Amino acid sequence: MTSIKEQFGRDDWTRFTLKQKLTRWVILAMSALAIIWALTSIEVIWPWVWSAPEQIGDLFGRMYPPDPSNLATILRVLWDTVNIATFATAFAVLLSLPVAYIAAQNTTPNRATLWLGRLILVTSRSVNTIIWALLFVAIFGPGIVAGIIAIMFRSIGFIGKLLGEAIEEIDTRPVEALQATGASRFKVIVYAIIPQVMPTFWAVTILRWDINLRESTVLGLVGAGGIGIILQGAIDTFNWPEVATILLAIIALVVLGEIISAFLRRRIL
Amino acid sequence: MSAPRDTWAKPPFIANRALRWAVYLGVIGYFGWVGLTMPIDWNRVVEGFGRAGRIFGGAFPPSFERSGLLIDGFLESLKIAVLATAGGVLLSIPIAFMAARNVAPLPVFYLGRAIVIVARSFHPVIVAILFVKAVGFGPFAGVLTLIVYSIGFVAKMLAERIEEIDFGQVEAVRAAGAPYLATLFYAIFPQIMPRQIGLTIYQLDSNLRASAVVGIVGAGGIGATLANAFGRYDYDFALAITIVIVAVILVSEAVSGIIRKRIQ
Amino acid sequence: MLKITDLVKRYGTGDPVLKDLDLTIEGESVVSIIGSSGAGKSTLLRCINRLVEPTSGSIVLNGTELTTLRGKTLRAARRKIGMVFQGFNLVDRLTVMENVQSGRLGYISTWAAITRRYPKADIRRAFELMERVGIAHYADTRADQLSGGERQRVGVVRALMQEPDILLADEPTASLDPKTSEQIMGLLRDLAGELKLPVLINIHNVTEAKEYTDRIVGMRYGRIIFDDTPDKLDEAAMEEIYAGSPHADRSDDMATAS
Repeated sequence: MTSIKEQFGRDDWTRFTLKQKLTRWVILAMSALAIIWALTSIEVIWPWVWSAPEQIGDLFGRMYPPDPSNLATILRVLWDTVNIATFATAFAVLLSLPVAYIAAQNTTPNRATLWLGRLILVTSRSVNTIIWALLFVAIFGPGIVAGIIAIMFRSIGFIGKLLGEAIEEIDTRPVEALQATGASRFKVIVYAIIPQVMPTFWAVTILRWDINLRESTVLGLVGAGGIGIILQGAIDTFNWPEVATILLAIIALVVLGEIISAFLRRRIL
Repeated sequence: MSAPRDTWAKPPFIANRALRWAVYLGVIGYFGWVGLTMPIDWNRVVEGFGRAGRIFGGAFPPSFERSGLLIDGFLESLKIAVLATAGGVLLSIPIAFMAARNVAPLPVFYLGRAIVIVARSFHPVIVAILFVKAVGFGPFAGVLTLIVYSIGFVAKMLAERIEEIDFGQVEAVRAAGAPYLATLFYAIFPQIMPRQIGLTIYQLDSNLRASAVVGIVGAGGIGATLANAFGRYDYDFALAITIVIVAVILVSEAVSGIIRKRIQ
Repeated sequence: MLKITDLVKRYGTGDPVLKDLDLTIEGESVVSIIGSSGAGKSTLLRCINRLVEPTSGSIVLNGTELTTLRGKTLRAARRKIGMVFQGFNLVDRLTVMENVQSGRLGYISTWAAITRRYPKADIRRAFELMERVGIAHYADTRADQLSGGERQRVGVVRALMQEPDILLADEPTASLDPKTSEQIMGLLRDLAGELKLPVLINIHNVTEAKEYTDRIVGMRYGRIIFDDTPDKLDEAAMEEIYAGSPHADRSDDMATAS
């Protein structure tokens, strides 16, 4: 009986070739180096780090039991938070329609409008809601106007991008057919393009509303209205039991938002 | 043939007439009533337009004079993102196993799920402000925040992947007499590794974005620099920082997209 | 009357798809255009309603020169040209009635179009035509719920709603099974007779062309090489239209051209 080595010419086996192994090690080493660099140069006070678990435990200890005495106010402000998210989503949806239209390659009137549309989308998307909120608090002063406009500015990019992609993916044959009937451009949009992007439109609107609900809970921390303002107030006055109540209220709101958006998605789509 | 009809109406979206009108009135009522009763100081809003002019006037041209500060802020953000990704991904693995229905016993599963839900429910800014109170201002609070943020996403996605794994492979390795750890390494890890690497890169990108934000409430990084610039009405510097943030985000998004495409 | 003279269509800088093509259609005849894929049948049809921009030549429909029209006048001319498509080209998510009424979009006001408040006369005509082709009971049904044959009937009614002076049909039966395909061809022939409407049909299926149309036009490489009644389409003519390698044919062209 011949050995396997004689039959096949090799008796060793490794999972990866030398080159693959090398690439793996280089990537691993680079990752390790990046972590070491970050660890050694980051400006932290290490004794604070070692006492962190204790501090965090202490913080949570002081939160218990949650204090519901201010619950009425909390719920009222929570309602403001919902309104900020809903109004901002509604405005953003309306404003993102023309942006999506000019940012989609197949509907945009010309190259200049295409790039204008893309510029609006990228600017809106790359600046975080909180940064928008900083700007609008500086402009309009603290309050829900700044919050609504901040969320709206961030949402236009999100909704516009997804809608624009949906427009680019439509079936062009009905469009051709309606052009052939002598319908004007606007009527072709109403009859052939809008019905095709409606499912995406609703899905994106619901999704963004859900995200905006979360975002509107933090706007108050930079002064832009909603539950964040009283959260900041409670933290600043070291009223930890009330902080706990507010945090629980936020969890409830987020979970409720998820349930509602799941329900709407089922009913509408 | 009967006389053809000459009226037609589109079938309504909601067939039940009462429900339909209830929904219409509800929507109109909500927007009307809430819109009118919102606590808005219109004078302040109108004043805002003049103020907007001054702010934008002050912001142009963007000032890169204090680019040293800008670069330091960015390096700090990057460090925060790297450490938070490393920590978050490491912690996500055990939590993901806890939160996967097919490998964890029921009580452990509930605990795992609870951790994931809590980590996901809070916006990183809220988590940041709590950590700032607990461990003080600075990048360490940022790292802790983004670790929580990473767990919320990575552990959730990974748990879903673990729930989809092919148990035939696990049984095959077990049947070959492999002990528990060997089963883990030969049957489960190979199935979740590709997803895990993709998630890690995605999360690094995502943490870099978020680190710009958590700084605004005091958790270090470029966000702190930005918040300071805003606080001091240095709008030209704030615009410079914002431009750089946008540029870095676009580059990091592109790079992470390319890498993820490569490894899949 | 449709009169096409010296029509040329060239995409980019390549060989022309249509080469100095002449074709006249008079009265209410049903004309079929046959030819292998790439012969330019579809381009010819789309040049007539300007979905494809002709390079040069003239197309005159009932005294109107179509090739020079722009904007409003082009849309007004398109209203008078109905078109039926191979893929039906319906808007799937709209009801059959909305699809049918979209044939009237060139006539009705924008407000009526958006609110779906169609003129009474249009609704009556729609029900009459839908009744005629057997889809009236689907008026409130979404177009994507229908079978292929039913969808093509919607397509035909949509085109007829335009009250066209001519009906173009681009491979109207190519996406249908043989039985449905015969029904649609029969329908087109009968409707042409009833409405006194000239019909121009691109078709792959020569048997159907012979059975359902009054005149057959055979195309090859952008030229008309056969134009006569169906009974004149013999083996030799068929051979000329369909057989032969493309390469041999092209080099022939070159030889005669040089």
